[in-house]
Amino acid sequence: MSTKSISKLFLIFVLFFVQNLKAFTQEEGSDFNPTDMIMHHIQDSYDWHFFDLGETSVTLSLPVILKTDQGWITFMSSAFHHDSEGGVVVEKEGQRVVNYHEKAYVLNEGETALEFGEDHYPNNAVRPLDLSITKNVASIFLSVIVLLLLFPRLASHYKKSDKAPKGLNNALETLVIFVRDDIARPQIGEKKFMKFMPFLLTVFFFIWVTNLLGLLPGAANVTGSISVTVALGLITLLLMIFNGTKDYWKHIFWMPGVPVPVRILLAPIELVGLFIKPIALMIRLFANITAGHIIILSLIGLIFILSSAGVAFISVPFALFISVLELLVAFLQAFIFTMLSALFIGMAVEEHEHH
Amino acid sequence: MDLVKPEFGLFFWQLVTIVILIFLLAKFAWKPILKGIKAREDNINESLNAAEDAKKEMISLQDKNQDMIKEARAERDQMLKEAQAARKRLLEEANTQAAEKASQIVAKAQETIEADKKAALAEIKSEVAQLSLQIAEKIIVANLKDDKSQQELVENMLKDVKLN
Repeated sequence: MSTKSISKLFLIFVLFFVQNLKAFTQEEGSDFNPTDMIMHHIQDSYDWHFFDLGETSVTLSLPVILKTDQGWITFMSSAFHHDSEGGVVVEKEGQRVVNYHEKAYVLNEGETALEFGEDHYPNNAVRPLDLSITKNVASIFLSVIVLLLLFPRLASHYKKSDKAPKGLNNALETLVIFVRDDIARPQIGEKKFMKFMPFLLTVFFFIWVTNLLGLLPGAANVTGSISVTVALGLITLLLMIFNGTKDYWKHIFWMPGVPVPVRILLAPIELVGLFIKPIALMIRLFANITAGHIIILSLIGLIFILSSAGVAFISVPFALFISVLELLVAFLQAFIFTMLSALFIGMAVEEHEHH
Repeated sequence: MDLVKPEFGLFFWQLVTIVILIFLLAKFAWKPILKGIKAREDNINESLNAAEDAKKEMISLQDKNQDMIKEARAERDQMLKEAQAARKRLLEEANTQAAEKASQIVAKAQETIEADKKAALAEIKSEVAQLSLQIAEKIIVANLKDDKSQQELVENMLKDVKLN
């Protein structure tokens, strides 16, 4: 990339920071609560808010899909009018829906407004089965589109020529070879690694692209959502369980080569270990990405906590520095997730020498 | 805390999406990509091996050429040597033949000379005999002109006989 385009990107970043500052200033009118602000920014929401331009907020309205005992309810998130305090009641299919802290609640029969109990939780509404296309879900779809634009194009290259691809395709191919030769092959072994390549490649590029998209201002914090990492970790777990060899299970439940009492002691530990592995995976990814977002938001939030625009001269460069660091983290976390998935799968499919 | 509490909706969409994505990319991207990369790597390896083989072959060819040159040189030397030997032999043979012929010619010449000499001698002998006869005739004719001389002759002859 030339210096010119780098400086252009830099400018865009700065511009978006300024835009975000504007958004914060509106929050500043009321009591500025940095925790609320940060939580609001790293959590999922029903509509995709990009930035405010003067009085109008530039927002992408996304479908809300709810399932209650009475049936499905669908409407666009714009019906909430950017309200997330449970104030706006959306009436649909004879049911009333409110958005409280970006969670849809269906009011009980006959209720017209959300009421809170002693514990500050809504006490006259229930959470329906929520399959809404939220900001995070839309962002996942965006990552999918990016991946579907990039890789089938690379694949078509091999039909046309048997030479190495050029430009972007070459970079992508290098990464594919990296996943194959530095992650899958050494961790899983020459014999079995090809079977897991689709999963490893997909997960690697999905996490990486999603991490990178998440760094864009106004973007969603997808890989920093525990729900997303749970889904990814679950696939690793399922692959471990369904591809585990006899030896692997034997080593979990009846460890060979140790006395019987130790075997009994080891069985629960090993069984828990089986689940701990993917759990560690998903917590690592979630925590790393969320932490990155929190650091950047905190640095920006400092300006408002200290109520001084001068702080911006320190926090903005710092936030920028962290953002660049996050570019590295985006790749690193994708690599680590894929690497450890491959390692765990490799442990499960390993053929042991008979002792 | 909301932050660490999984949301079913997001979990559901993520799971469905990633599974579909794995299958889609596996079919339309990963398989052809990995196959293409593998094919190219194999091709490169084969080419490298072929190049190495060609190099080896070239070296062996060079060795062979060297050997052939050496052989050719040796053969040439051999031929030269043989030719020289043949020349020497031929010369010697020619020499001996010439010498033989010369001696033969000399012998023949000597024979002829001998024969000529003999013939000459014989001729000389007959000539001498004739001459002697003529001389003797003349002498006899002269000596027998008178009795006295005839007497003297007989006496001389008798004298010679007595001597014998």
